[in-house]
Amino acid sequence: MNKFTLPLIAFVALVALLAVGLNLNPREVPSPLIGKPTPDFKVPQLHNPDATFSPKEMEGKVWLLNVWASWCVSCREEHPVIVEYAKKGLLPPVVGLNYKDKRDDGLRWLARFGDPYLLSAFDADGRVGIDYGVYGVPESYLIDKAGVIRFKQIGPITPAVMENKILPLVKELNQ
Amino acid sequence: MIPELGHFALLLSLFVALAMGILPLVGAQRNHPQWMAFARPVTALSFLLIAFSFACLTWAFYTNDFTVQYVAAHSNSQMPTMYRLSAVWGGHEGSLLLWVLMLAGWAGAVALFSRQLPDAMVARVLGVLGLVLFGLLAFVLFTSNPFERLLPGAEEGRSLNPLLQDPGLVYHPPLLYMGYVGMSVAFAFAIAALIAGQLDAAWARWSRPWTTVAWLFLTLGIALGSWWAYYELGWGGWWFWDPVENASFMPWLVATALIHSLAVTEKRGSFKNWTVLLAIAAFSLSLLGTFLVRSGVLTSVHAFATDPSRGLFILILLAIVVGSSLMLFAARAPKVSLGGAFALVSRETFLLINNVLLVVACGAVLLGTLYPLIVDAFGLGKISVGPPYFNTVFVPIMLPLLVLVAIGPVARWKHADLKVILVKLWPAAAVALLAGIALPLLAGEWQAYVALALALVGWMVAALVLQTIDRMKAGTPTASWWGMQLAHFGLAAFVVGVAMVSNYQEERDVRMTPGETVTVGGHSFKFLGVRDAAGPNYNASVGSFELTRDGKVMRMLHPEKRDYGPGSMPMTEAAIDASLARDVYVSLGEPLDADKENGAWAVRVYFKPFVDWIWGGCLLMALGGLLAASDRRYRLKVKAQAATANIANKAGAAA
Repeated sequence: MNKFTLPLIAFVALVALLAVGLNLNPREVPSPLIGKPTPDFKVPQLHNPDATFSPKEMEGKVWLLNVWASWCVSCREEHPVIVEYAKKGLLPPVVGLNYKDKRDDGLRWLARFGDPYLLSAFDADGRVGIDYGVYGVPESYLIDKAGVIRFKQIGPITPAVMENKILPLVKELNQ
Repeated sequence: MIPELGHFALLLSLFVALAMGILPLVGAQRNHPQWMAFARPVTALSFLLIAFSFACLTWAFYTNDFTVQYVAAHSNSQMPTMYRLSAVWGGHEGSLLLWVLMLAGWAGAVALFSRQLPDAMVARVLGVLGLVLFGLLAFVLFTSNPFERLLPGAEEGRSLNPLLQDPGLVYHPPLLYMGYVGMSVAFAFAIAALIAGQLDAAWARWSRPWTTVAWLFLTLGIALGSWWAYYELGWGGWWFWDPVENASFMPWLVATALIHSLAVTEKRGSFKNWTVLLAIAAFSLSLLGTFLVRSGVLTSVHAFATDPSRGLFILILLAIVVGSSLMLFAARAPKVSLGGAFALVSRETFLLINNVLLVVACGAVLLGTLYPLIVDAFGLGKISVGPPYFNTVFVPIMLPLLVLVAIGPVARWKHADLKVILVKLWPAAAVALLAGIALPLLAGEWQAYVALALALVGWMVAALVLQTIDRMKAGTPTASWWGMQLAHFGLAAFVVGVAMVSNYQEERDVRMTPGETVTVGGHSFKFLGVRDAAGPNYNASVGSFELTRDGKVMRMLHPEKRDYGPGSMPMTEAAIDASLARDVYVSLGEPLDADKENGAWAVRVYFKPFVDWIWGGCLLMALGGLLAASDRRYRLKVKAQAATANIANKAGAAA
């Protein structure tokens, strides 16, 4: 050990930092909505235009709000994951928010790829999306029994996100 | 078929590079002359293979071969030929291929211009370059193959980011890469000397011209990039402290320190360990820059497509290359002799301060660049570090350097007399005082910052004149001495540009309807209207402005707003009237009432005094480097051992 190893030590620290940095995403900005109550809304349901849905109806339950659209390519990637986990009964109730879509397209899409949702709310003009700060579809919000947003996923839910983030949090919130 | 040939040549070059990295090094270690002699031809072969591969990719671009994925993603048949060809390095894969081509080219140049060096040294240097080349080739082939096919092929390519469809793209990346990659030669010389255990004056003399040439390319590359951002981005700035700019600036700072420290090692045999460390650092920072740009760990205006698996590969490469070099350094450095002693007041001391300042400045830039990453890694949030940090920290570190530029060259090696220096330089101090008081008043309002900067410029320029008079008395100076003077003069010009533009620039964002006039910095712009025009692959709105000064019409200016079709951002092409004393700059913003004929537009006008001195100064620095590298003593045959003693003895006289 001499003073000439100092550059090496400094470099090892730098590499460690960069290795950590590689696993972080500089574009992943935490949502200001986390820890806040869900913004309220009341919109028609997708399957039944005469019935409405409001987050208030879900009070007392842990639930997942999943924003999707038939025109969204990444949703196609995400959808099978939700369908599979819902089929296994691992998920809490999932409410879809059909975002800036046409009713027929949305219905056809669910018929084709499967409908894992308790129901889908129909946000034709994207008003609800604005309140929730949706800036890319798909996005998902995990909401606790008191109606507080606990987790937000921007982009598709992958099996890894499901296993490592959502399911453990659901278990914790249900206790 | 041709892309496959290119791919195959690249694959072949991987094995050739492996041979180049192993045989000569082993040969030099075991003293096998045949194995060492292998170094030059194998280097030439690797260069030819990579050049062939590069030509194949260029051909695919030229012929619009959209069955090659990389071509389809970065070019289309509507693009002008010049941009189709430079689109070869418009994306990740191609720019890396350019990187390895440059590396092989530098190695080839070493093989060609090293007749005067001992065989073992050449073998080691080329061997080290071979190992680096192998690592980068593996990176290209395994993570970033530009020859990947797209089957069935695309009908039409996706076109290049319009920002990159500019002559800037043709020259900026190649020059910058020449500089970046050129640092590998100084690095290879340093590692070769460490392996051989011969850190002597001869080694320093051999690496000097290579380092200087790499440095001058880096200088030009950075300056050109800055100029490109100035006129193409339409923001009117010339430096943004963006992580990618910093990535090229950090090696430049260290390389500048290295050039000065090599001078001490060559002339006086001192600072050996420090010089080696700088050579390693300069190349490491080039690799780090590649990592930062290509891995996407930092957000940047330059962040094109990024991919974490690539980031991991470069990080591992970085760890191996730099880690092993630093281990070698740690093992060998304690045995290196200290070289000539020097007094507190001596040229060595001044150069040491120069080095410390440059390295501290580089450290400050590195810290600012990585700080968002550090904060994020510790889970403390997302932040970004902007120009306020860099300007506050960087500028004060640089100011003492400008004072020293005048003193260093007149101080004697080993032991200098402070009184003699004062006697030589007092007229410069007087000029500085005068410049600080008077010049800002001539330029406009007197401001303390400008006064300080111009006083320093006066000090530097006057000292340059005094130094030249002093030096001429002692006989005709060498080319490298003139190179130093020219580069220091370039630095003074650069400071003028920065000081003037930072403090006296004027800019206005205005809403203009045709017929209106706006005035900045004594120049009036009359807005005549906007018409539509079609370019080769875009539609443009072309504005017309009449530029007048003191009631006289000077010329018309035509800024453009270009639309490159769906899926791309509209581009702003500023119109600039440039002259030595000032630029005036108009750029078109958005149409404010698009539905109306002859509606209003958002217009941005700038008055930028002396802004061209910034790039002019860089050009002079680069020319100074060229002059210094052309010094004929670098081409003389030197016998390694004998030279050491010789040079050390002659050092005082030569200085």
